[in-house]
Amino acid sequence: MKRIGLKIAILATVASALSTVSAGAGESAAVRNCTWCHGTGAQGYTVAPRLAGQRRQYIMSQIQSFRMHARNNPFSRQYMWGAVAALDASTAYELANYFASIPPRPANDGDGALASRGRTIYMDGIPEANIVSCYACHGPNAEGIRDIPRLGGLAYFYIKARLEQWGQGYHSTPGSPMPMVATHLGPEEVEALASYLSFVR
Amino acid sequence: MTRLLLTLLTAILAAVIAASGQAQERMTPAHGGFEAKLEYCKTCHGLSGQGYLGYFAMPRLAGQQPEYIEAQLRAFIERRRSNPVMQNVAHVLSPSMITALANHFHRLNTPPFGGGPRGLIATGKRIYEDGLPEANVPACAACHGAEGKGQNEIPRLAGQVYPYMVGQLTGWRTQRGQGTAVDTSAIMAPTAHNMTRSQIEAVAAYVSHLP
Repeated sequence: MKRIGLKIAILATVASALSTVSAGAGESAAVRNCTWCHGTGAQGYTVAPRLAGQRRQYIMSQIQSFRMHARNNPFSRQYMWGAVAALDASTAYELANYFASIPPRPANDGDGALASRGRTIYMDGIPEANIVSCYACHGPNAEGIRDIPRLGGLAYFYIKARLEQWGQGYHSTPGSPMPMVATHLGPEEVEALASYLSFVR
Repeated sequence: MTRLLLTLLTAILAAVIAASGQAQERMTPAHGGFEAKLEYCKTCHGLSGQGYLGYFAMPRLAGQQPEYIEAQLRAFIERRRSNPVMQNVAHVLSPSMITALANHFHRLNTPPFGGGPRGLIATGKRIYEDGLPEANVPACAACHGAEGKGQNEIPRLAGQVYPYMVGQLTGWRTQRGQGTAVDTSAIMAPTAHNMTRSQIEAVAAYVSHLP
Protein backbone atom coordinates (compact mmCIF):
# COMPACT_ATOMS: atom_id res chain seq x y z
CA MET A 1 0.00 0.00 0.00
CA LYS A 2 2.82 2.28 0.96
CA ARG A 3 4.54 1.49 -2.37
CA ILE A 4 1.46 2.29 -4.37
CA GLY A 5 1.21 5.58 -2.57
CA LEU A 6 4.82 6.36 -3.47
CA LYS A 7 4.25 5.48 -7.10
CA ILE A 8 1.22 7.73 -7.27
CA ALA A 9 3.26 10.52 -5.75
CA ILE A 10 5.99 10.02 -8.37
CA LEU A 11 3.44 9.87 -11.16
CA ALA A 12 1.92 13.10 -9.94
CA THR A 13 5.34 14.72 -10.01
CA VAL A 14 5.93 13.39 -13.51
CA ALA A 15 2.60 14.70 -14.68
CA SER A 16 3.08 18.14 -13.20
CA ALA A 17 6.56 18.43 -14.69
CA LEU A 18 5.28 17.35 -18.09
CA SER A 19 2.57 19.96 -18.11
CA THR A 20 5.33 22.55 -18.42
CA VAL A 21 6.92 20.79 -21.41
CA SER A 22 6.05 22.02 -24.85
CA ALA A 23 3.26 20.49 -26.86
CA GLY A 24 3.55 17.53 -29.24
CA ALA A 25 5.39 14.46 -28.07
CA GLY A 26 5.86 16.11 -24.67
CA GLU A 27 2.33 15.27 -23.64
CA SER A 28 2.32 11.70 -24.80
CA ALA A 29 2.13 8.52 -22.77
CA ALA A 30 5.22 7.34 -24.66
CA VAL A 31 7.29 10.17 -23.13
CA ARG A 32 5.92 9.41 -19.68
CA ASN A 33 7.00 5.80 -20.07
CA CYS A 34 10.58 6.99 -20.61
CA THR A 35 10.75 9.74 -18.01
CA TRP A 36 9.38 7.41 -15.34
CA CYS A 37 12.96 6.06 -15.13
CA HIS A 38 15.08 8.61 -17.03
CA GLY A 39 14.02 11.48 -14.76
CA THR A 40 11.08 13.84 -14.97
CA GLY A 41 13.07 16.35 -17.02
CA ALA A 42 14.86 13.50 -18.91
CA GLN A 43 18.09 14.56 -17.18
CA GLY A 44 18.78 11.01 -16.00
CA TYR A 45 18.03 9.36 -12.68
CA THR A 46 20.22 6.83 -10.83
CA VAL A 47 21.08 4.05 -13.32
CA ALA A 48 18.98 5.47 -16.17
CA PRO A 49 21.07 7.84 -18.30
CA ARG A 50 20.17 11.39 -19.24
CA LEU A 51 18.29 11.53 -22.55
CA ALA A 52 18.05 15.32 -22.72
CA GLY A 53 20.29 16.68 -25.48
CA GLN A 54 21.33 13.22 -26.61
CA ARG A 55 21.85 12.78 -30.39
CA ARG A 56 18.65 11.79 -32.17
CA GLN A 57 20.37 9.17 -34.32
CA TYR A 58 22.10 7.72 -31.28
CA ILE A 59 18.84 7.35 -29.36
CA MET A 60 17.31 5.63 -32.37
CA SER A 61 20.27 3.32 -32.83
CA GLN A 62 20.12 2.32 -29.17
CA ILE A 63 16.39 1.64 -29.33
CA GLN A 64 17.22 -0.62 -32.26
CA SER A 65 20.05 -2.27 -30.28
CA PHE A 66 17.73 -2.99 -27.36
CA ARG A 67 15.17 -4.41 -29.76
CA MET A 68 17.78 -6.68 -31.36
CA HIS A 69 19.12 -7.55 -27.90
CA ALA A 70 22.56 -6.38 -29.08
CA ARG A 71 22.89 -3.98 -26.14
CA ASN A 72 22.96 -6.64 -23.50
CA ASN A 73 24.26 -5.33 -20.17
CA PRO A 74 22.19 -6.33 -17.12
CA PHE A 75 20.12 -3.13 -16.84
CA SER A 76 19.43 -3.18 -20.57
CA ARG A 77 18.12 -6.74 -20.32
CA GLN A 78 16.14 -5.98 -17.22
CA TYR A 79 14.50 -2.72 -18.30
CA MET A 80 15.12 -1.66 -21.88
CA TRP A 81 14.50 -4.88 -23.81
CA GLY A 82 10.94 -4.88 -22.55
CA ALA A 83 10.53 -1.11 -22.72
CA VAL A 84 11.19 -0.90 -26.47
CA ALA A 85 9.52 -4.17 -27.51
CA ALA A 86 6.24 -2.48 -28.41
CA LEU A 87 7.70 0.78 -29.78
CA ASP A 88 6.89 1.34 -33.44
CA ALA A 89 9.38 3.12 -35.69
CA SER A 90 7.53 6.43 -35.91
CA THR A 91 7.09 6.69 -32.13
CA ALA A 92 10.78 5.88 -31.68
CA TYR A 93 11.64 8.69 -34.11
CA GLU A 94 9.37 11.17 -32.31
CA LEU A 95 10.78 10.25 -28.91
CA ALA A 96 14.34 10.57 -30.16
CA ASN A 97 13.59 13.98 -31.67
CA TYR A 98 11.84 15.12 -28.52
CA PHE A 99 14.59 14.13 -26.09
CA ALA A 100 17.32 15.44 -28.40
CA SER A 101 15.66 18.86 -28.31
CA ILE A 102 15.74 19.23 -24.49
CA PRO A 103 18.76 21.26 -23.25
CA PRO A 104 21.02 18.91 -21.23
CA ARG A 105 22.30 19.71 -17.74
CA PRO A 106 25.62 18.33 -16.53
CA ALA A 107 25.50 15.76 -13.72
CA ASN A 108 28.58 17.28 -12.00
CA ASP A 109 28.89 14.15 -9.86
CA GLY A 110 32.45 13.03 -10.64
CA ASP A 111 35.60 13.51 -8.59
CA GLY A 112 36.78 17.05 -9.31
CA ALA A 113 40.36 16.12 -8.46
CA LEU A 114 40.44 13.66 -11.38
CA ALA A 115 38.89 15.97 -13.96
CA SER A 116 42.08 17.37 -15.45
CA ARG A 117 43.62 13.91 -15.82
CA GLY A 118 40.37 12.81 -17.45
CA ARG A 119 40.48 15.72 -19.86
CA THR A 120 44.01 14.80 -20.96
CA ILE A 121 42.96 11.21 -21.66
CA TYR A 122 39.82 12.44 -23.43
CA MET A 123 41.78 14.71 -25.76
CA ASP A 124 45.03 12.80 -26.36
CA GLY A 125 44.37 9.25 -25.26
CA ILE A 126 47.47 7.47 -23.97
CA PRO A 127 49.29 6.41 -27.15
CA GLU A 128 51.94 4.43 -25.23
CA ALA A 129 49.18 2.27 -23.74
CA ASN A 130 47.15 2.06 -26.97
CA ILE A 131 44.35 4.12 -25.42
CA VAL A 132 42.70 6.13 -28.18
CA SER A 133 41.63 9.77 -28.06
CA CYS A 134 37.90 10.07 -27.27
CA TYR A 135 37.90 13.51 -28.90
CA ALA A 136 38.46 12.08 -32.40
CA CYS A 137 34.98 10.54 -32.42
CA HIS A 138 32.99 12.30 -29.66
CA GLY A 139 34.14 15.83 -30.54
CA PRO A 140 36.02 18.65 -28.81
CA ASN A 141 33.26 19.29 -26.29
CA ALA A 142 32.06 15.69 -25.97
CA GLU A 143 28.95 16.75 -27.86
CA GLY A 144 28.77 13.70 -30.15
CA ILE A 145 27.62 13.71 -33.75
CA ARG A 146 25.13 11.66 -35.77
CA ASP A 147 24.88 8.28 -34.01
CA ILE A 148 27.94 8.94 -31.85
CA PRO A 149 26.59 9.92 -28.42
CA ARG A 150 27.02 13.14 -26.49
CA LEU A 151 29.05 12.26 -23.40
CA GLY A 152 29.45 15.70 -21.85
CA GLY A 153 27.58 15.95 -18.56
CA LEU A 154 26.45 12.31 -18.35
CA ALA A 155 26.47 10.90 -14.83
CA TYR A 156 29.76 9.55 -13.44
CA PHE A 157 28.29 6.17 -12.55
CA TYR A 158 26.69 5.71 -15.94
CA ILE A 159 29.87 6.39 -17.92
CA LYS A 160 31.95 4.31 -15.54
CA ALA A 161 29.51 1.40 -15.77
CA ARG A 162 29.37 1.50 -19.57
CA LEU A 163 33.15 1.55 -19.96
CA GLU A 164 33.47 -1.34 -17.50
CA GLN A 165 30.75 -3.34 -19.22
CA TRP A 166 32.42 -3.07 -22.63
CA GLY A 167 35.63 -4.27 -21.04
CA GLN A 168 33.71 -7.24 -19.64
CA GLY A 169 32.40 -8.20 -23.08
CA TYR A 170 28.96 -6.60 -23.13
CA HIS A 171 28.01 -5.03 -26.43
CA SER A 172 25.92 -2.22 -27.79
CA THR A 173 25.67 -1.17 -31.43
CA PRO A 174 26.97 -3.84 -33.81
CA GLY A 175 30.29 -2.73 -35.30
CA SER A 176 30.97 -0.20 -32.54
CA PRO A 177 34.67 0.17 -31.72
CA MET A 178 33.84 0.76 -28.03
CA PRO A 179 34.52 -2.80 -26.78
CA MET A 180 38.02 -2.45 -28.26
CA VAL A 181 38.48 0.99 -26.72
CA ALA A 182 37.37 -0.16 -23.29
CA THR A 183 39.58 -3.24 -23.03
CA HIS A 184 42.62 -0.95 -22.92
CA LEU A 185 41.27 1.28 -20.13
CA GLY A 186 42.29 0.56 -16.54
CA PRO A 187 40.16 1.49 -13.49
CA GLU A 188 42.07 4.74 -12.96
CA GLU A 189 41.52 5.87 -16.54
CA VAL A 190 37.82 4.99 -16.35
CA GLU A 191 37.37 6.99 -13.15
CA ALA A 192 39.26 9.97 -14.55
CA LEU A 193 37.26 9.98 -17.81
CA ALA A 194 33.90 9.53 -16.08
CA SER A 195 34.77 12.32 -13.63
CA TYR A 196 35.85 14.75 -16.34
CA LEU A 197 32.85 14.06 -18.54
CA SER A 198 30.34 14.55 -15.72
CA PHE A 199 31.39 18.22 -15.54
CA VAL A 200 31.38 19.00 -19.27
CA ARG A 201 28.55 21.28 -20.27
CA MET B 1 64.54 -51.69 -33.05
CA THR B 2 61.19 -50.37 -31.90
CA ARG B 3 62.83 -48.94 -28.87
CA LEU B 4 65.51 -47.18 -30.90
CA LEU B 5 62.85 -45.69 -33.17
CA LEU B 6 60.87 -44.52 -30.15
CA THR B 7 63.96 -42.87 -28.65
CA LEU B 8 64.74 -41.20 -31.93
CA LEU B 9 61.17 -39.92 -32.32
CA THR B 10 61.15 -38.61 -28.77
CA ALA B 11 64.41 -36.78 -29.40
CA ILE B 12 63.05 -35.19 -32.59
CA LEU B 13 59.84 -34.22 -30.86
CA ALA B 14 61.76 -32.67 -27.99
CA ALA B 15 63.91 -30.69 -30.41
CA VAL B 16 60.85 -29.43 -32.28
CA ILE B 17 59.12 -28.37 -29.07
CA ALA B 18 62.26 -26.61 -27.84
CA ALA B 19 62.65 -24.78 -31.15
CA SER B 20 59.04 -23.66 -31.27
CA GLY B 21 59.27 -22.55 -27.65
CA GLN B 22 62.29 -20.43 -28.48
CA ALA B 23 60.56 -18.99 -31.51
CA GLN B 24 57.56 -18.10 -29.42
CA GLU B 25 59.70 -16.47 -26.77
CA ARG B 26 61.36 -14.33 -29.41
CA MET B 27 58.13 -13.54 -31.22
CA THR B 28 55.71 -12.88 -28.39
CA PRO B 29 56.74 -9.43 -27.16
CA ALA B 30 57.14 -7.95 -30.63
CA HIS B 31 54.08 -9.75 -32.01
CA GLY B 32 51.85 -8.84 -29.06
CA GLY B 33 53.03 -5.25 -29.31
CA PHE B 34 52.18 -5.19 -32.99
CA GLU B 35 48.73 -6.73 -32.60
CA ALA B 36 47.80 -4.31 -29.83
CA LYS B 37 49.02 -1.32 -31.83
CA LEU B 38 47.18 -2.54 -34.92
CA GLU B 39 43.94 -2.79 -32.95
CA TYR B 40 44.60 0.73 -31.66
CA CYS B 41 44.89 2.03 -35.26
CA LYS B 42 41.77 0.19 -36.36
CA THR B 43 39.70 1.60 -33.50
CA CYS B 44 39.64 4.90 -35.39
CA HIS B 45 40.51 3.93 -38.96
CA GLY B 46 37.85 1.24 -39.18
CA LEU B 47 37.88 -2.37 -38.07
CA SER B 48 38.99 -3.40 -41.59
CA GLY B 49 41.03 -0.26 -42.23
CA GLN B 50 38.23 1.06 -44.46
CA GLY B 51 38.13 4.45 -42.72
CA TYR B 52 35.52 5.72 -40.27
CA LEU B 53 33.40 8.75 -39.56
CA GLY B 54 33.83 9.94 -36.02
CA TYR B 55 33.52 13.59 -35.10
CA PHE B 56 36.31 13.89 -37.65
CA ALA B 57 36.69 11.81 -40.79
CA MET B 58 39.38 9.13 -40.37
CA PRO B 59 41.04 8.14 -43.62
CA ARG B 60 41.02 4.70 -45.15
CA LEU B 61 44.35 2.92 -44.69
CA ALA B 62 43.45 -0.36 -46.42
CA GLY B 63 45.52 -0.83 -49.57
CA GLN B 64 47.43 2.38 -48.91
CA GLN B 65 51.00 2.65 -50.22
CA PRO B 66 53.40 1.80 -47.39
CA GLU B 67 55.83 4.59 -48.38
CA TYR B 68 53.00 7.08 -48.13
CA ILE B 69 51.92 5.87 -44.67
CA GLU B 70 55.53 6.03 -43.44
CA ALA B 71 56.06 9.49 -44.92
CA GLN B 72 52.87 10.83 -43.32
CA LEU B 73 53.66 9.38 -39.90
CA ARG B 74 57.06 11.08 -40.11
CA ALA B 75 55.33 14.29 -41.17
CA PHE B 76 53.11 14.13 -38.06
CA ILE B 77 56.14 13.49 -35.83
CA GLU B 78 58.08 16.36 -37.38
CA ARG B 79 55.00 18.60 -37.37
CA ARG B 80 55.03 19.15 -41.11
CA ARG B 81 51.46 17.87 -41.11
CA SER B 82 49.29 19.30 -38.38
CA ASN B 83 46.73 17.14 -36.65
CA PRO B 84 46.35 17.20 -32.86
CA VAL B 85 45.43 13.53 -32.54
CA MET B 86 47.92 12.03 -34.98
CA GLN B 87 50.87 13.98 -33.62
CA ASN B 88 50.49 12.18 -30.28
CA VAL B 89 49.73 8.87 -31.94
CA ALA B 90 52.77 8.95 -34.21
CA HIS B 91 55.48 10.13 -31.86
CA VAL B 92 55.46 6.92 -29.78
CA LEU B 93 55.81 4.64 -32.82
CA SER B 94 59.22 3.06 -33.41
CA PRO B 95 60.53 2.98 -37.00
CA SER B 96 60.12 -0.81 -37.14
CA MET B 97 56.54 -0.55 -35.86
CA ILE B 98 55.77 2.06 -38.52
CA THR B 99 57.11 -0.25 -41.23
CA ALA B 100 55.16 -3.24 -39.91
CA LEU B 101 51.90 -1.26 -39.68
CA ALA B 102 52.36 0.27 -43.14
CA ASN B 103 52.96 -3.16 -44.69
CA HIS B 104 49.96 -4.64 -42.92
CA PHE B 105 47.54 -1.94 -44.08
CA HIS B 106 48.92 -2.12 -47.62
CA ARG B 107 47.87 -5.78 -47.82
CA LEU B 108 44.27 -5.17 -46.71
CA ASN B 109 41.76 -5.27 -49.51
CA THR B 110 38.56 -3.83 -48.06
CA PRO B 111 35.55 -2.55 -50.04
CA PRO B 112 35.15 1.25 -50.05
CA PHE B 113 33.56 2.91 -47.01
CA GLY B 114 31.14 4.56 -49.45
CA GLY B 115 28.87 7.53 -48.90
CA GLY B 116 30.16 9.98 -51.52
CA PRO B 117 27.29 11.58 -53.50
CA ARG B 118 26.76 9.41 -56.57
CA GLY B 119 25.43 12.29 -58.63
CA LEU B 120 28.91 13.82 -58.73
CA ILE B 121 30.75 10.72 -59.91
CA ALA B 122 30.63 11.48 -63.66
CA THR B 123 32.00 15.02 -63.25
CA GLY B 124 34.61 13.74 -60.82
CA LYS B 125 35.75 11.03 -63.23
CA ARG B 126 36.26 13.64 -65.96
CA ILE B 127 38.37 15.86 -63.69
CA TYR B 128 40.27 12.85 -62.37
CA GLU B 129 41.17 11.61 -65.84
CA ASP B 130 41.57 14.89 -67.77
CA GLY B 131 42.35 17.51 -65.14
CA LEU B 132 41.12 21.09 -65.48
CA PRO B 133 43.33 22.60 -68.20
CA GLU B 134 41.69 26.06 -67.86
CA ALA B 135 42.54 26.12 -64.11
CA ASN B 136 46.00 24.59 -64.52
CA VAL B 137 44.99 21.48 -62.61
CA PRO B 138 46.72 18.34 -63.90
CA ALA B 139 44.87 15.05 -64.26
CA CYS B 140 44.84 13.23 -60.92
CA ALA B 141 45.37 9.99 -62.84
CA ALA B 142 48.78 11.20 -64.03
CA CYS B 143 50.27 10.64 -60.57
CA HIS B 144 47.70 8.65 -58.61
CA GLY B 145 47.19 6.16 -61.43
CA ALA B 146 44.21 5.39 -63.66
CA GLU B 147 42.72 3.19 -60.94
CA GLY B 148 43.65 5.50 -58.08
CA LYS B 149 46.01 3.00 -56.48
CA GLY B 150 48.92 5.46 -56.08
CA GLN B 151 52.59 4.49 -56.07
CA ASN B 152 55.45 4.88 -53.60
CA GLU B 153 54.91 8.14 -51.70
CA ILE B 154 51.93 9.06 -53.87
CA PRO B 155 48.84 7.90 -52.00
CA ARG B 156 46.14 5.52 -53.07
CA LEU B 157 42.90 7.48 -53.41
CA ALA B 158 40.64 4.59 -54.41
CA GLY B 159 37.95 4.08 -51.80
CA GLN B 160 39.06 7.03 -49.69
CA VAL B 161 36.42 8.38 -47.31
CA TYR B 162 34.52 11.23 -49.01
CA PRO B 163 34.51 13.88 -46.24
CA TYR B 164 38.18 13.14 -45.56
CA MET B 165 39.09 13.81 -49.20
CA VAL B 166 37.05 17.03 -49.25
CA GLY B 167 38.63 18.13 -45.96
CA GLN B 168 42.19 17.51 -47.15
CA LEU B 169 41.78 19.25 -50.49
CA THR B 170 39.98 22.27 -49.03
CA GLY B 171 42.32 22.63 -46.06
CA TRP B 172 45.61 21.71 -47.73
CA ARG B 173 47.56 24.85 -46.95
CA THR B 174 46.65 24.89 -43.27
CA GLN B 175 47.24 21.20 -42.57
CA ARG B 176 49.84 19.80 -44.90
CA GLY B 177 53.13 20.34 -46.62
CA GLN B 178 54.63 22.43 -43.81
CA GLY B 179 58.27 22.21 -44.86
CA THR B 180 58.22 21.80 -48.58
CA ALA B 181 61.87 20.84 -48.97
CA VAL B 182 61.34 17.33 -47.61
CA ASP B 183 57.70 16.81 -48.42
CA THR B 184 56.79 15.52 -51.87
CA SER B 185 53.14 16.35 -51.19
CA ALA B 186 54.00 20.05 -51.57
CA ILE B 187 52.99 19.67 -55.21
CA MET B 188 49.39 19.37 -54.04
CA ALA B 189 49.25 22.90 -52.59
CA PRO B 190 48.84 24.78 -55.92
CA THR B 191 46.76 21.93 -57.35
CA ALA B 192 44.27 21.99 -54.49
CA HIS B 193 44.28 25.78 -54.46
CA ASN B 194 43.16 25.96 -58.09
CA MET B 195 40.14 23.73 -57.59
CA THR B 196 36.73 25.06 -56.60
CA ARG B 197 34.76 23.50 -53.78
CA SER B 198 32.38 21.77 -56.18
CA GLN B 199 35.25 20.41 -58.29
CA ILE B 200 36.86 19.05 -55.13
CA GLU B 201 33.58 17.41 -54.10
CA ALA B 202 33.22 15.81 -57.53
CA VAL B 203 36.71 14.28 -57.47
CA ALA B 204 36.22 13.14 -53.88
CA ALA B 205 32.92 11.47 -54.80
CA TYR B 206 34.52 9.69 -57.76
CA VAL B 207 37.49 8.25 -55.89
CA SER B 208 35.36 7.33 -52.85
CA HIS B 209 33.57 4.74 -55.00
CA LEU B 210 36.68 3.31 -56.70
CA PRO B 211 37.27 -0.26 -55.53
